[in-house]
Amino acid sequence: MASQKRISKELADCTENPPQGMRISLPNDSDLHKWHVTLEGPSQSAYSGGTFGLFVTLPPDYPFKTPQITFSTRIYHPNVTNDATGSICLGLLKPEQWKPATRIRSVLEAIRSLLVEPNPDDPLEARIADEYKNDRKEFEKNAKTYVTRYAKGTPKFEAVPAAAAGGSDGVGDSSTGRRAN
Amino acid sequence: MPKDMMQKKKVAYDISFKVYTPEDIQKQQDDLINEVNMILDISKEEAAILLRHFRWNKERLIEDYMDRPRHVLDAAGLAQSSRLPRLEVIPGFVCDICCEDGDGLESFAIKCGHRYCVDCYRHYLSQKIVEEGEAARIQCPADGCSLIIDARSLDILVTSELKERYFQLLNRTYVEDKDTLKWCPAPDCQNAVECAVKKKDLEKVVPTVACACQHRFCFGCNNNDHQPAPCRLVKMWLQKCADDSETANWISANTKECPKCNSTIEKNGGCNHMTCRKCRHEFCWMCMGLWSEHGTSWYNCNRFEEKSGTEARDAQAKSRVSLERYLHYYNRYANHEQSARLDKDIYQKTEKKMVQLQRESGMSWIEVQYLNSASTALQTCRQTLMWTYAFAFYLARNNLTEIFEDNQKDLEMAVEALSEMFEKPVTELADPKLKVVIMDKTAYCNKRRVILLEDTAQNLAEGRWSFSVDLTTPGPNGGSSSRR
Ligand SMILES: [Zn+2]
Ligand SMILES: [Zn+2]
Ligand SMILES: [Zn+2]
Ligand SMILES: [Zn+2]
Repeated sequence: MASQKRISKELADCTENPPQGMRISLPNDSDLHKWHVTLEGPSQSAYSGGTFGLFVTLPPDYPFKTPQITFSTRIYHPNVTNDATGSICLGLLKPEQWKPATRIRSVLEAIRSLLVEPNPDDPLEARIADEYKNDRKEFEKNAKTYVTRYAKGTPKFEAVPAAAAGGSDGVGDSSTGRRAN
Repeated sequence: MPKDMMQKKKVAYDISFKVYTPEDIQKQQDDLINEVNMILDISKEEAAILLRHFRWNKERLIEDYMDRPRHVLDAAGLAQSSRLPRLEVIPGFVCDICCEDGDGLESFAIKCGHRYCVDCYRHYLSQKIVEEGEAARIQCPADGCSLIIDARSLDILVTSELKERYFQLLNRTYVEDKDTLKWCPAPDCQNAVECAVKKKDLEKVVPTVACACQHRFCFGCNNNDHQPAPCRLVKMWLQKCADDSETANWISANTKECPKCNSTIEKNGGCNHMTCRKCRHEFCWMCMGLWSEHGTSWYNCNRFEEKSGTEARDAQAKSRVSLERYLHYYNRYANHEQSARLDKDIYQKTEKKMVQLQRESGMSWIEVQYLNSASTALQTCRQTLMWTYAFAFYLARNNLTEIFEDNQKDLEMAVEALSEMFEKPVTELADPKLKVVIMDKTAYCNKRRVILLEDTAQNLAEGRWSFSVDLTTPGPNGGSSSRR
């Protein structure tokens, strides 16, 4: 229904004036509901020098339903699952906190801030969160190793995010369910 | 009849509570609405909105309203002078959600001024109401705006097909807003239970209530009946079990090896008295010890032998002892949980056979109900036994622990004995002599359970147990009653 117009407008806005350190593209020009985002690791973070891919999937009922956003590039971060699904734990993306007036731009900006300042108190990877809190040096070393190993060059958008296959269940769902030990 | 003659004897662990049907709940709301309607001289609809706004605290509503009526009406979205919420057509308006504009586009905003088209507003509300079950506390759709959409606005926006669900949800707030009311957690049960227990009391009582639907649950934490363990212990225990689930996984397995001949033995009933099919070795499923030692005064299957501290000097030995200790209690906890399920299975199978037996033996349906009572007793007692092990895990030894362990042992022995009879083939169950024995054992089990619960509840109320963990709820959420 109404979502087409809103999505076109958001897409135009994000391509003309992209959020800081990001590039937006459509893998398939006829499908406005799937975006690829290339994100440069912020210079003031451990991810500096890396280039990360993000899958953005907008559900049919967007903007009433939460967009699904996952990393396509492996990243060592307390709030991102340390696996191929790359689920992100972010308040904005939780279904009960999502507001239809929220823009994809703000979500992407929030994800970028999460790279600058992880939120170890609401972790998806408890071990990495502990390390971030108690041994920052070791954390930064590991994060940088991941950058060197996975985040050099143009990001690949090969893996199909698990969440993209489903309909209404948002990333928020998978992130709450996956709270690690 | 004098009043005290009608009261049945109260046991120490009893807590008073009341069960309400959906009709009762509706009537209570109506009564409050009528009362406020008369006292404050406002319409019933307005009284309902105000009461919900004040979370059904009638006294506070009346007091505040007498003090500053304008302010109260305003806060609940009922202010007369301020414009009533309505749909508006504003020239040049673009909806921030759907990005539509155009002449004649109707829009709506609550007091914060965040304005959206009426279609988007309705879509948003229907999602909240239908999918998220939210009604009284839906926020403005704007990013970061937490203003609650007032009832008047909702009345205008909620479409007729959503009204029924919407009012149903509004009705639920009556129970959900009151600390003394809770919905019965049983699936498909519509009743609510009232109980006056306070959060700070939960260190001293285990407030078990029983709904009219037979479901027994804890009013403090909504879990199934977990007497004698206090809520805090239950929470810690369940957390611990979840954390250590891998370590303890092997225990819940349905098969074990005979300690004598190593052949595989499957448990398919609740009873813990196992007899190996191959070598006829009789042993206890829980501790794998000789069963012959279990019917006597030597019985100490329930007790964990604390090793002296000197034996466990180094950290590794200490952690091994603490794991052994945990496994001892977890083993028994998990076993009773599993056995309760198996006892239930057996009953359901037996019930079918009993119908058959009735035809053959001429016993009436009423006459075979003793098996139902036995099954219920087994399940209730095992539920209690299960939690005695979580309780014991956190119990620090003092002069009372032995009495507790004796009570636990007596109940456990009685339950195992009953469980064993219960597993007899139907043909034997038809024997009237066995029926009498089962009925006696059932009564005995129930009696032992009461004795155990009375003892633990009394000592808990008087603060005589010492636990290895802190029972006081952390944080200052004691509510209004927390005075220093
Ligand atoms: Zn709109
Ligand atoms: Zn607002
Ligand atoms: Zn019920
Ligand atoms: Zn409880």
